[in-house]
Amino acid sequence: MTEHNGSDDRTGHEHDSHDPDERGYFGEFGGRFIPEALIPALEELSAEYDKARLDPDFVNELLRLLSDYAGRPSLLTEAPRFARHAGGAQIWLKREDLNHTGSHKINNVLGQALLTKRMGKKRVIAETGAGQHGVATATACALLDLDCVIYMGEVDTERQALNVARMRLLGAEVVPVKTGSRTLKDAINEALRDWVTNVETTHYLLGTAAASHPFPLMVRNFHRIIGIEARRQMLAKAGRLPDAVAACVGGGSNAIGIFHGFIDDKDVRLVGYEPAGHGIESGEHGATLSEGSPGLLHGSRSYLLQDEDGQITEAYSISAGLDYPGVGPEHSYLKDSGRAEYYSVTDDEAMEAFQLLSRTEGIIPAIESSHALAGAIRLGKELGPDGVILVSLSGRGDKDMDTAAKFFGLVGEDA
Amino acid sequence: MTLAARLKQDGLSLIPYLMAGHPDLDTTREVGRKLVNTGIAAIELGIPYSDPLADGPVIQRAGQRALDAGTTTEGCLEVAADIAAEQAAPVILMTYVNPVLAYGPERFARDAAEAGVAGVIIPDVPVEESADIARTITAAGLDTVFLVAPTSPDERIVAAATASTGFVYCVTVTGITGSRSALHPDVHGLLAKVRSHTDLPVAAGFGISSAEQVSLLREHADAAIVGSAIVNELDAGRDPGPLVRELLSACK
Repeated sequence: MTEHNGSDDRTGHEHDSHDPDERGYFGEFGGRFIPEALIPALEELSAEYDKARLDPDFVNELLRLLSDYAGRPSLLTEAPRFARHAGGAQIWLKREDLNHTGSHKINNVLGQALLTKRMGKKRVIAETGAGQHGVATATACALLDLDCVIYMGEVDTERQALNVARMRLLGAEVVPVKTGSRTLKDAINEALRDWVTNVETTHYLLGTAAASHPFPLMVRNFHRIIGIEARRQMLAKAGRLPDAVAACVGGGSNAIGIFHGFIDDKDVRLVGYEPAGHGIESGEHGATLSEGSPGLLHGSRSYLLQDEDGQITEAYSISAGLDYPGVGPEHSYLKDSGRAEYYSVTDDEAMEAFQLLSRTEGIIPAIESSHALAGAIRLGKELGPDGVILVSLSGRGDKDMDTAAKFFGLVGEDA
Repeated sequence: MTLAARLKQDGLSLIPYLMAGHPDLDTTREVGRKLVNTGIAAIELGIPYSDPLADGPVIQRAGQRALDAGTTTEGCLEVAADIAAEQAAPVILMTYVNPVLAYGPERFARDAAEAGVAGVIIPDVPVEESADIARTITAAGLDTVFLVAPTSPDERIVAAATASTGFVYCVTVTGITGSRSALHPDVHGLLAKVRSHTDLPVAAGFGISSAEQVSLLREHADAAIVGSAIVNELDAGRDPGPLVRELLSACK
């Protein structure tokens, strides 16, 4: 199975030993815990994806859009000046920030939008945290002539006002969600409630590798292209596989996509970095895998942040794309099986890495991806000059300039 | 008398819903004790959950208020016991799966049975995920109620009816709980289809808020479940008694 010669023409949609069982379980994580009204829609989606993943017309149309529209393959860039601050290890960046719409999200969105067309549905709903998934969804809906409604927590609409404008410009309706913590978790709740109500005409274009089967499988497969390309590029450019792959984990979509390129390469460490926010001890964080416990949220069994009564607790991160109190079930499985490792990175560490990459490489990363960069600094110090680290640079930081300007005091006379 | 036998008695009966802890547990206890003595068939008691996917804004808000007031699963079970102690109408618990898992399914089933609870509804556990939890609940002598929706194909209706004890919960709108101006356009056809697949009583719920809607269900369902409209009365600081009496007379 594992190829070391650099040639690899997988698309990510192949069946392999890493597929969940037919009930959508990765080990003991996953499944379909969702109101009855949605089960037939999930069954329809599973059946459609199962057909589509084997259909060359579907896969080729998707590959065409990924290359001609989204700009794949994304670059692999070495970051030598940044690496000096990371114990001198070699650091390579998988540049998902260069995709159309500025993040990895477009990979999954184009795939699911094509599936929506196949199912004959005309209306798409989606949740968004930072706005990256919302912008990508609004983009694909504009391209493929689908009606689009985006649910976004009210707090996030304020943190990411420019992305709200971007989605509206693209023709989407943006609905600020005012319930609960008014962030990503509540946006998903509202999107699911819309879906229950409009399920016969509407596809829920979920943006992360979480929730009920088949979403964790399908979203992962749409993102496996990241890891497939990165592995090929590492062999071609670095002449070897990395010692470790670092990625940020909120729901976990970019991480699962890049991890899968190396999952059969047992010597490659897969390392996920969750948001520690103001620090684990402050209680204000989103470190679901590191600090949470198994339970059920948004339709599947996975690790989550909850109190002793099973009420979901609020997650916090400076990055709007990572403050989610759940995580994709396959990450829970990879954690418990020991195949992947998960650690947490504070707001301060992430912002330091954000600034460092900007100043040493001229690349402004998303704050989400900056958690992976902070992780790479730790890994580099651990591995030393012989180490080779691949980082998933999942998005660009333009959307974060308001947050960064406030954090670093970049605007005003004293700046 | 079993829950099923009670609901199968003469004509359409009424199951009102209260969110435990909304606005506080003392109110739930007091209102619940009064309501079970008005001639209702059973009372549904919600245990609040932070992320209630099947619920509309009214019950979401009520649940959030209950949680903000410090309501715990333990507290809800105590109130359930006090209402059941009236021995006037069975108490059915409705909650989501995560609070049950956190409490421990066996402990939950045992404590609910000790409280005199008759049955449990968990709307985010569909039949195919229900094996362990349903076995635990029925082993404690409680009924487990599954939901069927307008989108459920025949084979899923059969599966839900087969797995249910007590009654089958037929969702009468495509959507979440809360008042609607109209029920599902073919609500009678839907109920007839569910009844053709089971001998258990069939209760209709979601979106039923008015006496007029309740009267539409006569001869088509065994019970009407009314939630948001009652929670609304409590929200407004009113005694839901008059509304319940009006709904009860619409059953006849």
